Amino acid sequence: MAAAAPLSLLVLLLLGPGVWGQTDPPRDSLREELVITPLPSGDVAATFQFRTRWDSELQREEVSHYRLFPKALGQLISKYSLRELHLSLTQGFWRTRYWGTPFLQAPSGAELWAWFQDTVTDVDKSWKELSNVLSGIFCASLNFIDSTNTVTPSASFKPLGLANGTDHSFLRYAVLPREVVCTENLTPWKKLLPCSSKAGLSVLLKADRLFHTSYHSQAVHIRPVCRDARCASISWELRQTLSVVFDAFVTGQGKQDWSLFRMFSRTLTEPCPLASESQVYVDVTNYSQDNETLEVYPPPLTTYQDVVLGTRKTYAVYDLLDMAVINNSRSLNLQLKWKRPPGNGYIHYQPAQDRMQPHLLEMLIQLPASSVTKVSIQFERALLKWTEYTPDPNHGFYVSPSVLSALVPSEVAAQPVDWEESPLFNTLFPASGSSSHFVRLYTEPLLVSLPTPDFSMPYNVICLTCTVVAVCYGSFYNLLTRTFQIEEPSKGGLARRLANLIRRARGVPPL
Amino acid sequence: MAAPGAAATDLEVVRGKRAALFFAAVVIVLGLPLWWKTTETYRAPLPYSQISGLNSLQLRLMVPVTVVFTQESVPLDDQEKLPFTVVHEREIPLKYKLKIKCRFQKAYRRALDHEEEALSLGSIQEAETMFAEPSEQAEGSLTVYVISEHSSLLPQDMMSYIGPKRMAVVRGIMHREAFNIIGHRVIQVAQAMSLTEDVLAAALADHLPEDKWSSDKRRPLKSSLGYEITFSLLNPDPKSHDVHWDIEGAVRRYVQPFLNALRAVGNFSVDSQILYYAVLGVNPRFDPASSSYYLAAHSLPHVINPVESRLGSSAASLYPVLNFLLYVPELAHSPLYIQDKDGAPVATNAFHSPRWGGIMVYNVDPKAYNGSELPVRVKVDMVRVMEVFLAQLRLLFGIAQPQLPPKCLFSGSKSEGIMSWELDRLLWARSVENLATATTTLTSLAQLLGKISNIVIKDDVASEVYRAVAAVQRAAEELASGHLASAFVASQEAVTSSERAFFDPSLLHLLYFPDDQKFAIYIPLFLPMAVPILLSLFKIFLETRKSWKKPEKID
Repeated sequence: MAAAAPLSLLVLLLLGPGVWGQTDPPRDSLREELVITPLPSGDVAATFQFRTRWDSELQREEVSHYRLFPKALGQLISKYSLRELHLSLTQGFWRTRYWGTPFLQAPSGAELWAWFQDTVTDVDKSWKELSNVLSGIFCASLNFIDSTNTVTPSASFKPLGLANGTDHSFLRYAVLPREVVCTENLTPWKKLLPCSSKAGLSVLLKADRLFHTSYHSQAVHIRPVCRDARCASISWELRQTLSVVFDAFVTGQGKQDWSLFRMFSRTLTEPCPLASESQVYVDVTNYSQDNETLEVYPPPLTTYQDVVLGTRKTYAVYDLLDMAVINNSRSLNLQLKWKRPPGNGYIHYQPAQDRMQPHLLEMLIQLPASSVTKVSIQFERALLKWTEYTPDPNHGFYVSPSVLSALVPSEVAAQPVDWEESPLFNTLFPASGSSSHFVRLYTEPLLVSLPTPDFSMPYNVICLTCTVVAVCYGSFYNLLTRTFQIEEPSKGGLARRLANLIRRARGVPPL
Repeated sequence: MAAPGAAATDLEVVRGKRAALFFAAVVIVLGLPLWWKTTETYRAPLPYSQISGLNSLQLRLMVPVTVVFTQESVPLDDQEKLPFTVVHEREIPLKYKLKIKCRFQKAYRRALDHEEEALSLGSIQEAETMFAEPSEQAEGSLTVYVISEHSSLLPQDMMSYIGPKRMAVVRGIMHREAFNIIGHRVIQVAQAMSLTEDVLAAALADHLPEDKWSSDKRRPLKSSLGYEITFSLLNPDPKSHDVHWDIEGAVRRYVQPFLNALRAVGNFSVDSQILYYAVLGVNPRFDPASSSYYLAAHSLPHVINPVESRLGSSAASLYPVLNFLLYVPELAHSPLYIQDKDGAPVATNAFHSPRWGGIMVYNVDPKAYNGSELPVRVKVDMVRVMEVFLAQLRLLFGIAQPQLPPKCLFSGSKSEGIMSWELDRLLWARSVENLATATTTLTSLAQLLGKISNIVIKDDVASEVYRAVAAVQRAAEELASGHLASAFVASQEAVTSSERAFFDPSLLHLLYFPDDQKFAIYIPLFLPMAVPILLSLFKIFLETRKSWKKPEKID
C-alpha cells in the first residue's frame, strides 16, 4: 500500500503535463486600444481599434470552429475565397485643415473593397454575392453595389496584408456615397466584438453619443498576416476600427475640458477578460514648447513616444489590464483639461431638430475698432414633405433675422440720469454705465428659396399630348367626313364691300 | 347647274359617310387590338387543370416486404405453396385532402441455403453479422425471416425481433391457418418498422387542421435540401470561467457518423462558435432548500429570444439552422437547474425547442472553485454534452421511438445513432411532406395568378411550374412502386421547383394601376377621338333607318 501511493502519484505527475499539453495554446488573440487625440480646433478625436488574430487557415478546414473570430465573417472568407476585405461606413468628413492628419481616413458613405483568392473563377459573381451578404450582416445598403459603381483599380489599393501576387483582376472596389450610417449599422458591428459591449473598451460604444459627433467612421478590415517571424504560415487578422470626432460646441457646450464620461456618458470599469492587451492612449504632445497645454487626470503611469505620421508625439498610456489603473476608484474616467487661459469669448450653439426646434447660435465677441466681422452660416437645401409646402412655395421661406446686442462706447460721457425724471425715450434700456450705451440691431430676414417640385407635371404632359393628338385627329376627321359645298357669294365678302366703298369714294366703278 | 350640284353633293355625302365608316372600322379592327396588345401583360399558359388535379391526388405508399420462411416454420403442405405474393392495403385516416394509402406487398419465399445457415446460429447477433455481408437492401424495403416456433434464436418469451438494419425475425407456427397468423404478425412488425399514422401526421403537421394532431405532436423540422448545425458555447461570465471544449473531436466522433447516416435526407454542415457575455433572457430563481438556482418550465420560452440575437445568422447559405447551445451559467447563478412542469429538476438539464434547436445548461463542478483563483479553468465533458445534443437532434428531425408490438425484442441502436429503417421512415415522412408542400405551393400559386390578372407570368416561371407538377406525379408513381430513394429525390425536386416558381421575383413586378388613374390617363385621348366617331355612326344609323322607312311608306 505504501508502495502504491507514490506510484500513483508518479503516474499523476506524468499524466499532468500530458493533459495540459493536449489542449492547444490559444490560437486566437484579441487586442483592444483607444487613442484619444485632442485636436487643434478644440474638438476631440477618439479612435478605437479591436484586433482579433486567428492562427488558422480558414479556407482549408471544412468544419469550422470559432472562438474569438466572429463566425459570420469567417464563413464569408471561406465561402467566397476572400484574401482581403475592407469595409468602412462613414458619416461626415475628416477636415484635415482643422483636425490634422487622421490615422485612417474613409470616404463619406460606404466603401467596400476586397481581394479574392486567385482560385475564384467568376470574380464578379462572388463580388455581387459578397456585397449582398455584407449588406445583410451590417444592415447597410451594400446590395446597391453593382457593375455601375464597381471598379477594378490597377495601381492603387494594393493588398494591405500578406500577398503572393497582385493580379488586380481579383480586386473589386466600390463606394456608395449616399449611404447614411446609423445605429442599425453600429449594432451588428458591436456584435462582432468578442466582449460585445459588456466589458472592456467596448463599454464606451454607446450609439446615442457616437452619432452626435462631427465625424463617425466604423470599419472592418480583414487580411492575412504572417503567423510568426519566419512567415511559414498565415494567420487571419480582423481589425475593427471606429473613429469619432466630438464637437467642442455640440458635445462640449463650448468648454474645452473633456472626460470619458462627457464624451461617451460611460466610464471604463473593467477590462475585457478575453483581451490580451487593452490600452488607452492620450495624445499629450506639446505643440507650443511651453509646458502647459494639456493636463490629464489621473496622471499616467507610463508614456509612449514615437514618430506618428511624420511628427514626434507623446502619448499617456493607461493599461486596463494593470489592476492599479482601475482599482483605485472602481472606474477609470479620464479627464483632459487645457491649461492655457480660455479664449475671451463665449459660443453657445444649440443644433436644430427637424420639425421640433430651430438652430440657436449665440456668440459673445469683443470686436476691435474699425474692423469687419463676418459670421456666415452654411445651410443645406432640403425637400420638405409635400404637405408642408405653403400655397406659394416659389416665394421662398423666411429665416428669422439675426440679432446684434452691443454696448457701444459713447462719444460723450453722459450724466447719470434719474429714470423717473428724464423723458421716456431715453430710459428704455437700462444704462450700464456712463461711458457706453446699449444698442440692439436686427438684420434683414433672409428669404431662402427651397427646391419646389412640380407636383402636376406628369399629368400635364399626358393631358397636353392627348389634347394635341385629339385636335389633330379632330380636324383630320372633319376634313375627311364632312361634305364641303361651294357657296356662291351673293354680295361678296366684307373686303369686297369695303373695297367698293372706297372705290365709290374715289369715283372708280365698283368691282 | 342644280342637278349636277345636287349630284355632287350626294356624292360628297356618300363619300363622307364611307370615310366615317372607314374610320370606325379602322378604330375597331386596328386601334382596339393594338391598344389591347400593347397594354396586355404577358402570361404564359399554366397547367391549371393538372394543378387542381393534384389536390385530389391519391398517394399509395408501397412497402415491399420480403417474407422468408425457414424449414419447420410452417407446416410442410403450406411450404409447397411458396413462393407467392400477398398484398395488404389500408387507408391512413388523416384530415387532409391528400388521400394516403399504405400498401404492404409481401413476397413470400423459401429461405436460401445461406439464410438457413445464418438463422440456425446460436444468437441473433451472430445471425445479423452473417446477413450484413451481402449488399445493402434498397431503401424502404424490409425483409422478415420466419423461424420455427421453438427456435432458440430468440429468447423463449419473445415472439419477434427488430434489428438495426432493414431486417426482422418472427416466430412461425404449426397451424392450419399458419399463413394468416404469420401474415398478421409480419404486418405488425412491418408497421412498427415503416409507416405509422403518427409519423405521417407529424410530417404533415403544417397542413393538418390544428385540433387533432398538431397540438400534442411535436413538430419536426421542415423538410429542406440541407441543414446547418451550429454548436454554440455560451459563456456569460468569462471573468470567472475559462471554458474549453473539444468540439472538433466531439463533432468528428459523435456528430459526423450520425450525419453520414442521414446523408440521404440532405446536406449537412457543422460549425461551432463561442459567445462571451451572452446571457439568457430570464433571471433564474433561487431555491434556498438546495441553494441552487432554477429555471421554471414556463419561463423557458423566454430564454431563447435574447440569445438568438447574438447567435448571428448564417451568412453563407440559406438552409435552416439548428442551434445547439451549451450554457455555462455565471458564477452568481450557479448551479443552475431546469425544472419540469412538476417542479422536479430535469435529469439532462436540457430542453429543446422544435424547429430551432436545443439548450443544455452545464454547471461547473463546485469543487473547481476551491483554492483556485478566478477565472476557473473548465474543461467540458463532451460525451455528456453530445449524448444530449444527439438525442435532441433525433427529436428535432422527428425520429421518434417506435411503438413496438407486444413481446418484441428490440436491438440496441447502431453506433451511428440511427437505424436503417428509422432512416426509411424519415424518408417516407419527408417525401409525403414534400409532396404536400409542393401541392400547396402550386395550388396557391395557381389561385393567386388566377385571381390577379395583372401579374406577368414569364416562360421560366411556367416551365418551373410544369417541372414541379411533373415531379409531383413522378414522386407519387415512385412511391406507389416502392422506390423510396428516387421518390424522395423527385419530391425534393418538386418542392424546389414549386418554391422557385412561387418566389420568382418577376411575379412581384405587379402592374397595378387603380381604375380611376387609368381613366384619368385614357379620357383626354379617348374621349375626343371616340365622340366624333360615335356621333357620325349614330347619324349614319339614323339616316339609314329613315331611308328604310321611306320605301315602306311608298308601299
